[in-house]
Amino acid sequence: MDDRVILRVGTKVLSPFILLFALYVQFHGDYGPGGGFQAGVIFAAVFVLYALVFGLERAMKVMPAKVAYACGALGVALYLGVGYLSMFRGGEFLNYSYLFDPEHDPTHGQHYGIIGVELGVLVTVFGVMVALFYAFAGRRRVDT
Amino acid sequence: MTETMVQIVDVVLLILLAITGIAVIRTRNLFVAVMLAGIYSLVSAGLFVVMDAVDVAFTEAAVGAGISTVLLLCTLALVGYKESKPQHTTILPLFVVIVTGGVLVYGTAEIPPFGEPDNPAHQNVAAHYIHDSGDEIGHIPNVVTSVLASYRGYDTMGETAVIFTAMVGVLLLLSRGSLPKRVYHAGHWHKVKRGMTREDLIAEMEDEEAHDSTVVGGEDEEDG
Repeated sequence: MDDRVILRVGTKVLSPFILLFALYVQFHGDYGPGGGFQAGVIFAAVFVLYALVFGLERAMKVMPAKVAYACGALGVALYLGVGYLSMFRGGEFLNYSYLFDPEHDPTHGQHYGIIGVELGVLVTVFGVMVALFYAFAGRRRVDT
Repeated sequence: MTETMVQIVDVVLLILLAITGIAVIRTRNLFVAVMLAGIYSLVSAGLFVVMDAVDVAFTEAAVGAGISTVLLLCTLALVGYKESKPQHTTILPLFVVIVTGGVLVYGTAEIPPFGEPDNPAHQNVAAHYIHDSGDEIGHIPNVVTSVLASYRGYDTMGETAVIFTAMVGVLLLLSRGSLPKRVYHAGHWHKVKRGMTREDLIAEMEDEEAHDSTVVGGEDEEDG
């Protein structure tokens, strides 16, 4: 693992750009292809790549498994939270038009609601993908 | 792109898809099969782009060609790269596949032509989404996002919950989890010290078992 300089340096150079690209996919989802799901997968791919090159133990120091599990749950909670917030604001569940004051433009609420739920999708997909990879890669071969 | 160019790209991609599909079936090396499956996903993503389903293509390329290939490789590291020879004849599966494929091809005869404006898919709510999403949801040029996150917010919520459930299921099945505080084995409790790995614990228990010859018939408990 130590002599593969190109892989190690390449991973370190590319990682921030892939993370940035994931955020681009996330926030550009309103204007072009992309959205929370794709961005979450790309975000998780960075840590999968890191684990493939530097080993699982080092990857788990960068992104602990417990953080990934928490992200998986947090995203769903965020999604539901946006839904309940619009409900407490007087609208229906997940009707983002009510997110702001009544005199506010309802499309404003829609815009922020969509950003909120997409963020929830991103966090969940990211956490789940990393957790799945850890679960598969963490098992050692058992010779029976 | 002109009509003929689209058709040429379609034909080339479909031929590539068929070649990779046949290659996946024919190879006995599972590593090769996994890599070819990744290529298959990537070519399908290309097909989706040609059909203007860029969001689907994006997902297919990221999940099908990326993450699932890595997960399959992790599995191969556990089970080995060689596929054993089938012990039954392949005639019955071949028959089933040919009949199913034939029925599917027969079914495509009833499918309305691709991209026609008066197809059933464009008659229902799609026209409303394209016309009015600008007023109802706001200035979001990608209507797919409007539909996915707002009009169909419930569906996307369900999908997110399904993904979360998948994680819970896989973790319950595959994860070794953390060790308990103490383990009962061969007649007494073993305290699990801080920073102790599973292997340490098993070694300690076996060690004690060897010393403690008075205990007869101590059960060999599996870990996990």
